[in-house]
Amino acid sequence: MSPLLSFFSSIDPRPKPGVPLKVQLSQIDREMRVPIVLFVVSAILWLQAGTVFALIASIKLHNPEFLGNVEWLTFGRARSAHLNAMAFGWGNNAIFAVSLWIMARLCKVSVKHGGLLVVAGAFWNVGVTAGVIGILTGGLTSVEWLEMPPQVAPLLAISFILVAVWGVIMFRYRALGHVYVSQWYILGALFWFPWLYVIAQTMILWLPARGTVQAITNWWFGHNVLGLWLTPMGLASIYYFLPKVLGRPIHSYYLSVLGFWSLALFYNWAGVHHLIGGPIPVWLVSAGIVGSIMMVIPVVVTAINHHMTAAGNWRAVWCSPTLRFIVFGGMSYTLASLAGSAMALRDINVITHFTQFTVGHAHHGVYAFFTMTMFGGIYFMMPRILNREWPSAALIRTHFWCAAIGITIMLVVLHAGGWIQGEMMTALDADGKPKYAFLEIVTALVPWLFSRSISGMLLSIGHLAFLVNFFWMLAGRKGDQDGPTLLADPNEEDVR
Amino acid sequence: MKNLPLLFMGIFFCLAFSFSGLILSSMIQYGHLEPVTEFVNHPDTGEQIPGAFIEIGDKLVQGVNQPDEQTFPIESVGLAQQGKQTYINMGCLYCHSQQVRRKGFGADYERGWGDRQTVPRDYILQQRVLLGTSRTGPDLMSIGMRQPSAEWHYLHLYNPQFTSPGSIMPPFRFLFETRKIGDAPSPDALKIPDGFPAEKPPAGYEIVPTDRGRELVAYLLSLKLNYELPESRFSE
Repeated sequence: MSPLLSFFSSIDPRPKPGVPLKVQLSQIDREMRVPIVLFVVSAILWLQAGTVFALIASIKLHNPEFLGNVEWLTFGRARSAHLNAMAFGWGNNAIFAVSLWIMARLCKVSVKHGGLLVVAGAFWNVGVTAGVIGILTGGLTSVEWLEMPPQVAPLLAISFILVAVWGVIMFRYRALGHVYVSQWYILGALFWFPWLYVIAQTMILWLPARGTVQAITNWWFGHNVLGLWLTPMGLASIYYFLPKVLGRPIHSYYLSVLGFWSLALFYNWAGVHHLIGGPIPVWLVSAGIVGSIMMVIPVVVTAINHHMTAAGNWRAVWCSPTLRFIVFGGMSYTLASLAGSAMALRDINVITHFTQFTVGHAHHGVYAFFTMTMFGGIYFMMPRILNREWPSAALIRTHFWCAAIGITIMLVVLHAGGWIQGEMMTALDADGKPKYAFLEIVTALVPWLFSRSISGMLLSIGHLAFLVNFFWMLAGRKGDQDGPTLLADPNEEDVR
Repeated sequence: MKNLPLLFMGIFFCLAFSFSGLILSSMIQYGHLEPVTEFVNHPDTGEQIPGAFIEIGDKLVQGVNQPDEQTFPIESVGLAQQGKQTYINMGCLYCHSQQVRRKGFGADYERGWGDRQTVPRDYILQQRVLLGTSRTGPDLMSIGMRQPSAEWHYLHLYNPQFTSPGSIMPPFRFLFETRKIGDAPSPDALKIPDGFPAEKPPAGYEIVPTDRGRELVAYLLSLKLNYELPESRFSE
């Protein structure tokens, strides 16, 4: 056998024929245990770190003297540390855990190269830690979504590529048959993100493009972190867990196809709406607006598909921790995306651009949709990985209500406050002079920013409940519980 | 979906499409922009006329760059260039934009943030472009013209409440140092307003900006929008 052939047969993870599916799946769960636990532990620790930075940044916005003399926690740095700890620490670790696990299960083959994932996970977490420390100590780049000092980029890129290679190997040797919709999204995202990251890093930080081409590259990248990385991974999870927990198939295959391809085609172009009115050619802005508006298609299609799958099973949604979070996430995806399309219209953008409205919108997508979905995924996955149940339904309930109510308050106050801020900013009096002085606008904004800090504290309580429950489960011995931990008794008749 | 080559091609094509459409095409469209001249030689009389361009009838004649001539935009150098590093690593961008939208779209012009819209040529000499997407604080594209006083900037950075009561900008006291007055008080020692007795240095001491503070203020003072471009003239 040639060395090349023997290499390929050595990475072929296909099982011997004749093993029943259930046995295969629990074997995959066992083989994935080490990398998944590594990713989830890191994700949850990053979630706490990101929450602390978020609270610091949020309090500073209405109380600037808070930690005012600590240079490494000045607002610009604390806020960037928050974003990076959340997006790249919490978000990516959660994605690696949940979506790679879904990929392995859907490929139905034995997982041979878990070691690759452990290496990738170690690189990733060392890279993000170095990056966040870099931001706090003066390496902040002030390029949105690429804030970490460029020196850590190779570490992160290598880690990404290892994960993508693992995904492709898995997929190459999958059990034959239909490729499920979650796999399209995961494959797409695994391919898209490393490219986006490397191109943006190169064109903005290593060999900067001339002038505002940088800004276009920046928003092409920044918006696609959401659109081609967090969103497909979130949708892949919803597409996997919703039918799985309910025990019924996805409503329509054709809507799934339409949703996937329209998302892949249009989301790419939407990022330019962050530059409406800015110093770039107007046709580019118009192209970005068209892309943003066309996003209505995948969003509505996906919403119909998910809704029709869940419809009639609301009792199950209420009882299952996974589904409560996932359905909250799915509904937020629809709302956040439709709001995003509307915000790309010039008449609305002229009010909302540059205000807290945009910040509210970012949290709508990344928290209310993506993060809630990942919570749901982890609640489903961990009992199967660890072979034990979540120790406390009360803690799950606390987590859910703190997160759901906290994020709802945050969205309301940031959208309302942002809209008022934008209206005051653009209002002119009869003589064509600005109606409000700048400091009047700041004064009007402060109560909204204060309320945001309150909502953030609620979120922190939820995150703590999640942390306690998770480590309790990790430390506990194999449970003697009969069935899964549910939030309500599924046999009760009072259907909500 | 079973046709995997098609799936892969589609995934690749979608990303390549937006990359070419948004990034490559903008590089082709305006990646070659050059600075404009300070003077134009009149094509008939040879007379030197100030400005980047002149109108003859309905034609716009642009100047030709000569060596050793001042061109626009002006590249930031020296102290200001170093100050930009501080601006970047403090994350000022997260509250302050550097772009002026056209008159009639938003109130940028009415707020006095710039007499004209900023266009791609304004940014071609910047190693890092800091357009910004948030205006928790005002736009800074022309702050060097609106607040030309270094003393104002020092006070404002030390404690924004000195100059802008009610501001939510963080204080940057770590860009200053309190030191013993030498033979004579330093000329750029801060004159803390009387309304803030707690902020005054002890007797015999003075508060002066550190190198980073000086550089940052030099950068802020260098931010000016005082030249016209053929594609963006001052609004009426």
